[in-house]
Amino acid sequence: MFYTLGRYILLIRLSFRRPEKFSIYWNEVMREMVSVGIGSMGIISIISVFIGAATTIQVAFQLSSPLVPRSIAGSIARDSNILEFSPTISSLVLAGRVGSSIASQIGTMRVTEQIDALEIMGVNAPGYLIAPKIIACMLMVPLLVVFSIALALTGGYIACVLTGDVSPADYLMGVHDGFMPITIQVALVKAFIFGFLIASICAYQGFYTSGGALEVGQSATQGVVYSCVMILFADLMVTSVML
Amino acid sequence: MIEIKDIYKTFGENDVLRGISAVFEPGKNNLIIGGSGSGKTTLLKCIVGLHEPTKGQVEFNGEKFTEMNFEQRVPIRKEIGMLFQNSALFDSMTVEENIIFPLNMFTDMSDSEKRERANFCLDRVNLKDKNALYPSELSGGMKKRVGIARAIVMEPKYLFVDEPNSGLDPRTSIVIDELINELTQEYKITTVIVTHDMNSVMGIGDHILFLHQGKKAWEGSNKEIAHTDNQELNDFVFASKFMQAAKEKL
Repeated sequence: MFYTLGRYILLIRLSFRRPEKFSIYWNEVMREMVSVGIGSMGIISIISVFIGAATTIQVAFQLSSPLVPRSIAGSIARDSNILEFSPTISSLVLAGRVGSSIASQIGTMRVTEQIDALEIMGVNAPGYLIAPKIIACMLMVPLLVVFSIALALTGGYIACVLTGDVSPADYLMGVHDGFMPITIQVALVKAFIFGFLIASICAYQGFYTSGGALEVGQSATQGVVYSCVMILFADLMVTSVML
Repeated sequence: MIEIKDIYKTFGENDVLRGISAVFEPGKNNLIIGGSGSGKTTLLKCIVGLHEPTKGQVEFNGEKFTEMNFEQRVPIRKEIGMLFQNSALFDSMTVEENIIFPLNMFTDMSDSEKRERANFCLDRVNLKDKNALYPSELSGGMKKRVGIARAIVMEPKYLFVDEPNSGLDPRTSIVIDELINELTQEYKITTVIVTHDMNSVMGIGDHILFLHQGKKAWEGSNKEIAHTDNQELNDFVFASKFMQAAKEKL
């Protein structure tokens, strides 16, 4: 375990060594940002709307007492989505979509000697392959989480309109009332850390792949599993520290 | 000139290379031959720095490569071109982008100059008008030629070639061998080729290093190989009936 941790830290350190040519790396960061950000908007949209809607309906069902104002459902759904569902579930989904892609892409480059080719040329392979992916994920995952929060709240509103469990006016009042900006800060800090974990863990798994196609698949699977576990662990840590 | 001195490489308890020394001169095709598992590719990887030797020294024109760190090696690496067994072209890039990649990384050439240089290299390997194709659209022989074009784009002093003929038909193999030979002679490159292809050995082997069980078992030229009394080398080179018949005629 300590060997793996040490090798992971060394790889990340190598990744952030001074680039050979800044413009090339900048182009790579932009390309990765499009791939991570634009490429993930579809799946993030779908899960966010459905989770937002389901959360609102469930909260409304549990708060059926006449003593509790109906607008509370909006407040609880808002905080649940901002603090937990949007950052964590979005990141778990992104670990599957983006993380597996990173691990398999780098793993394939390793087993087909493309990484060796980079090293022979004198290119810092971890820097060229890993750093742009980490930077792109650390920038795009928070943006996707903000997008996810907006869609989750919209999903809750749609659920109110369609089911009538809570009136849309009550829901909107609940969403506005008692909003604390720190919840957004917590969500963004989580997303920033989760972005780093997804890219770095999956890149590590891909970079140290050896063998062939079978091992590339195994690396991708391990990358996703390890990053999911670390996301949940980091979620607990950030929540306990910041709230 | 490349000089390797007393190279040892151990993986766990497996001694893959055991005290190999040799000098590879410019303008010559230096072939490393040997059976499967004899340590040929490991030796090549130790020379280019993809593996660190357990013991021993690699010198490029007197500069101690094995004692250098990553940054110190970069100037020498810029003088190295390498053709990999499976060509190792970047899948996500076109043929032209593959060839231009080292120029993008290490030169300040304008786009038109880079394109001109890429076209020159593609022309040199007889692959005109393939600039926009992706590696997946190329045959094995074409991939090798693109790999060679990428390897020579920075005008290297040293060219390393790992199994240039693997997976190629005999005719294409000869084309690749002749191309490597021409480039070596033309640009006075120090070329090191790992192969077990006997056509290459007999055709372009100016200097041959035969490895057996991780040790240098024989060294000489293709002219000397037919007359050697080294048993391991004879067993390796003249394993087929065709080669035995050829030897009898020599």
